Amino acid sequence: MARSLSLSLTAVSLLATVSPSFAQELNALVWCDHTDPALVQPFEEKFGVTVNLKEYEGTAAGLAILEQSQPGDWDVLVIDAVDVKRAVEGGFMAELPADQLPTADFFPEVVMAENNTVDGKTYAVTEKFGYNTISYDKTKVDPADMEDMAALVSGKYDGRIGIYDYYLPVLGLVALGQGIDTADITADNLGSLKDPLFKLRAASKQVADVVSAQTALATGEVDIVVGGGEWLTAVLAAENPNLDWTIPKQGGLRWAQSIGVVSGSTQPDLALEFVKYIVSPEGQARLATSSCYWGMPANAKAGDALTVDQKQVLRWKEQPDFLKRAQLYPIPDAALDTAMQDLWTEMLNQ
Amino acid sequence: MTLETAERRMGWGLVAPALLWTAAFFVLPFVAMVALSFAHMEGREVVRGFDPGNYVRIFTDWTMLKALLNSLEITVVVTAVSVVLAYPLAAIIAFRVPARWQRLALLLAVLPFWTSYVVRSYSWLLVLGQNGVVNKALLGLGVIAEPLEIASTRAATVIGFVHFFVMLLTLTIYANLIQLSPNYARAAADLGAGRWATFRHVILPLTLPGVVTGAFLTFVLCIGDYITPQILGGNNELTLPQLIMLQLGRSGNFPLASALSVVLMAVVTLAYFASSRWLRLDRV
Repeated sequence: MARSLSLSLTAVSLLATVSPSFAQELNALVWCDHTDPALVQPFEEKFGVTVNLKEYEGTAAGLAILEQSQPGDWDVLVIDAVDVKRAVEGGFMAELPADQLPTADFFPEVVMAENNTVDGKTYAVTEKFGYNTISYDKTKVDPADMEDMAALVSGKYDGRIGIYDYYLPVLGLVALGQGIDTADITADNLGSLKDPLFKLRAASKQVADVVSAQTALATGEVDIVVGGGEWLTAVLAAENPNLDWTIPKQGGLRWAQSIGVVSGSTQPDLALEFVKYIVSPEGQARLATSSCYWGMPANAKAGDALTVDQKQVLRWKEQPDFLKRAQLYPIPDAALDTAMQDLWTEMLNQ
Repeated sequence: MTLETAERRMGWGLVAPALLWTAAFFVLPFVAMVALSFAHMEGREVVRGFDPGNYVRIFTDWTMLKALLNSLEITVVVTAVSVVLAYPLAAIIAFRVPARWQRLALLLAVLPFWTSYVVRSYSWLLVLGQNGVVNKALLGLGVIAEPLEIASTRAATVIGFVHFFVMLLTLTIYANLIQLSPNYARAAADLGAGRWATFRHVILPLTLPGVVTGAFLTFVLCIGDYITPQILGGNNELTLPQLIMLQLGRSGNFPLASALSVVLMAVVTLAYFASSRWLRLDRV
């Protein structure tokens, strides 16, 4: 018995000696665009590891998963860039070595140090961004109308509009339509958004999640999706080139997602390597054109790895103008967030 | 130790795993959920205590109350329509289809069960859409001049549900019908009863346990379903499960989600008591 135990221990020791320096599995809590095998496989092959991916939607859901997990369960977290601080405050993110991240190659507007850094320490890095604005079928609507949000509630497109089911960007767009910057939405002026939001709702046919909104636009169930953008239409562009998007004169919202290492990870070095791969030009090009949804890569050098057609769909050349005209998501405190969600819920059950 | 004691111990031994399983995975989580439903949120933090505020809100906030009413309306309509459609189908399979083909008929009746629930719901979205099969067929036949607005409505939700639950009810009602001796109908006929009278006074009362059991299961599954109204309803109205998901996924308001879940369970419990007189779960 003792001999057998000794042999077993020897075998384990030998295995440990010949195994790669990294553990065999990396656990990442991500958005659906990271689940594209074309994105993850090159990393897995290079490091000889398996990346286990769990999708989540909504920061609250992601943080709830982390809260219910043991330290070491998760290694990498993808999170809404505007919510990085929330995750840091919850103690979920580990500091990243800023000097190892290629942020100098990023579009300057999306480095977002004010969001990814807390008390001078970097906890996350922007990996992808895009816009919540207006997607439409250009054969069904007048593209000139889409340059003005007022056209949406003019009566011309009643029953042909879908609203993306996410309160932050849509309330942000409604605020822009009222001349209120997203950063200036407060509990005091939130009430002024109710009437225009409900008017938009009355003109709409549905409030839909990503897949339903895509399906509705692709099948002609609706002709316009408020809150849409390249992330909604780009993945359909090959099959339906009539789908387009624009930022109206009132402006649009810029979404951005960040990636970081989860605090308590038992393999922080491997997790950091994954983060570095994702923000490398190659990783960025693959992430930008993920089969789940497309979006602009934060790293401008990814342009070299994208095709001309892909860049056309992403409106690469127009980014300087778009970046100027788009505002960040509202970043509500807990009380305002609750009030915004209550307003959204009331709108849904109107 | 007497034989009786030994048998009693063996009985407890046999039932213990099931009891432990139920305690661990139903009773304890349920108690935790009830306890959490009396907590409240301060900012993004859950503060435990005994605060009935969540329940007060559910029954005074029109948005919440409406979600409960929507769920009840949809569930009652779905259950009623499913029973009306499933009964004749089950009767045809039980009484009209030759015995050797009945298995195949049942197999065909439950074939849609084999596909993913989510995929089936999205498929209905395509079928009921403006450019879907239904509208194209009706337009092609000249029945309608403009496409009907079916997708993203309550009607779409009801259609999606009914499609699913007719299959379930067909099975439960068939199981009941097939156990009926043909002598009941013969005796009724001997006594001068016509087909309708035989059905109304003999067949229906005898098969009521199967119908109520299937209807109860339909009620329970329908009122707790999130997928179908979410995909087919177009978020044009909220049901209770959708409201719970909003609290979980968006707000992180677990106390309110727990309170809503307790209310949902209370509704199901009431439905159970209302139908318990006829319930025969052994007929499923």
